[in-house]
Amino acid sequence: MATLDIKDLHVSVTTEDGDKEILKGVDLTIREGETHAIMGPNGSGKSTLAYSIAGHPKYTVTGGSVTLDGPDGRADVLAMSVDERARAGLFLAMQYPVEVPGVSVANFLRTAKTAIDGEAPKLRTWVKDVNSAMEQLKMDPAFSQRSVNEGFSGGEKKRHEIMQLELLDPLVAILDETDSGLDIDALKIVSEGVNRFKAEGDKGVLLITHYTRILRYITPDFVHVFVDGKVAEQGGPELAEELEASGYDRFVKASA
Amino acid sequence: MTAVADAVETTQVVSHLNPPPSYDLADYPVPTGREEVWRFTPLKRLRGILDGEASDATLGWDTSVPEGVSLSTITADEARGLGELPPNELPAALAVSRAGGATLVDVPDDFDSEQPLAIRLTGASVDDLVWGHLVFRVGRHANVTIVLTHTGSARYCASTSFLVGDGAQVRILSLQDWYDDAVHLGRDSIRVGRDASVRHTSISFGGDLVRMHANVEYDGPGGEAELLGLYFADAGQHLEHRLFADHNAPRTKSKVTYKGALQGQGAHTVWIGNVLIRKVAEGIETYEENRNLVLTDGCQADSVPNLEIETGEIEGAGHASATARFDDEQLFYLRSRGISEAEAQRLVVHGFFNDLIRRVGIPSVEEQLLTTVEAELARNLLKET
Ligand SMILES: Nc1ncnc2c1ncn2[C@@H]1O[C@H](COP(=O)(O)OP(=O)(O)OP(=O)(O)O)[C@@H](O)[C@H]1O
Ligand SMILES: [Mg+2]
Repeated sequence: MATLDIKDLHVSVTTEDGDKEILKGVDLTIREGETHAIMGPNGSGKSTLAYSIAGHPKYTVTGGSVTLDGPDGRADVLAMSVDERARAGLFLAMQYPVEVPGVSVANFLRTAKTAIDGEAPKLRTWVKDVNSAMEQLKMDPAFSQRSVNEGFSGGEKKRHEIMQLELLDPLVAILDETDSGLDIDALKIVSEGVNRFKAEGDKGVLLITHYTRILRYITPDFVHVFVDGKVAEQGGPELAEELEASGYDRFVKASA
Repeated sequence: MTAVADAVETTQVVSHLNPPPSYDLADYPVPTGREEVWRFTPLKRLRGILDGEASDATLGWDTSVPEGVSLSTITADEARGLGELPPNELPAALAVSRAGGATLVDVPDDFDSEQPLAIRLTGASVDDLVWGHLVFRVGRHANVTIVLTHTGSARYCASTSFLVGDGAQVRILSLQDWYDDAVHLGRDSIRVGRDASVRHTSISFGGDLVRMHANVEYDGPGGEAELLGLYFADAGQHLEHRLFADHNAPRTKSKVTYKGALQGQGAHTVWIGNVLIRKVAEGIETYEENRNLVLTDGCQADSVPNLEIETGEIEGAGHASATARFDDEQLFYLRSRGISEAEAQRLVVHGFFNDLIRRVGIPSVEEQLLTTVEAELARNLLKET
């Protein structure tokens, strides 16, 4: 079992003119096997939510709680360091994956896998797993010798994120605009990766997106409209269709 | 056109980049610390080397010499006659005048061996003042790797020349792996033959104060010099690297890449990258780069590129210098994949040096260098977490 429970989460960032509150009381529960989509206008705080759950140092949590119920019981996510959160089973596919010069993809993946599992993976199965993950995501094997994300195209970076998702196999995955900048073939490839992950059955997925097109490949159980730092409305997949047709106007007005 | 292109410009150019060369000690006033070339160096910590006392102390020599290469002793006058670059600063002038002769290492024409020519110099104590004078003569079209390692402790002041014949391919590594209290003033000067290619790497890990020069000039057109450097300064260490590429011939190339890391209170590094492009030096290419990674508070990295151009006809010239702390975004990305903070820092530092270590082009020392970087990190960074 795995449940990510976000309660009344308040988050601010430090700016030149003092602290600015960005998340203004987010409530969201993702149970195992569920896929939640979050849609909302630019600047509404979607990435802030994703980064705050992952523990990015730029964001200060000023109120609320985030807990993760996993096989080892309940974990207080906000009390953990960034790497502890990942080892507890959280994964964030970033909107803008970071370049790490001089560190090869192969070295990075092996180091991450070793950290997550608490022991080095068996060499033979690991090489096979990496190769098949690369193959399924249609990444050239040459990528394993390249520096992490350095010189990757936008789409390659996103495929690399999903490759990590599959290899590190967390309990809950947060995907921040993984679909942005993908052509239609890449979108399918990436969606299939996410669906393989989901098919394991006990996983939670929080998918942040601007477009319904990815929701045709990855079916959400719930759709949340995110406006001005909180969830303004929630519903089923049909809510996404409505947003596609009429935009965020109705929700933005309601929250103003 | 050919006549001009074949020229080598040797006349004195008035420039602080290029102090006038001289063997005469009277030409070098005792530094006060205010001079441009001394302002970064803590003179007190030179432990009196510049007083120039006579000393016949030596370093222990441990050599591994491939067949065909020979070592012999020559007089200072003979070294001069071979065409070494004359000293252009006090320490090198003192070294030549006090060493009482030079060791000549002769690599014959067309020499070609995978086996590095390795010389390991070991000092017994910082109480020993050692004057060093070495000349490496590399014959035409020779292909050789020279590894010069400095260990133990001493106050060592040396002039080392590399006279590289036409068309030769030379890789030089000078490793400063001293004990904590050593003081080392060194000048490596390189004369690049026509169409020859030299890669010189200076690596400084140990020592209380290390100040290394690497000077390059060209014997004719078409020569290429790549100057690489890697340094890792710990608390209280002063590591200084001064480069001078003198483009005195047309169609020559210089490429300088130095990278350093600093950690601990009082760690100080200095990088001075001087490039002079003379009037005759048409169609040359030069690029110099220095990057520093500051790992903790209390460190200082000075980085000064100087490019002086006297001709308009160059292919390309540029420089870059940057000093940065750990990139929080990189650390966050790695940690978000479960990698601990210490391990993430280790990966980033490895990544920082990795491409440079691969470029040294001496496979037998690559692994050793990575291990030493690792050990340096363990001294401070990993201890904290
Ligand atoms: N350092 C900062 N100073 C001021 N405002 C900031 C800072 N960092 C983030 N913000 C603001 O926080 C708000 C939320 O940003 P966030 O990236 O979470 O939005 P988003 O919903 O992911 O948008 P998008 O759809 O464009 O990705 C934005 O208005 C942004 O400008
Ligand atoms: Mg965003």
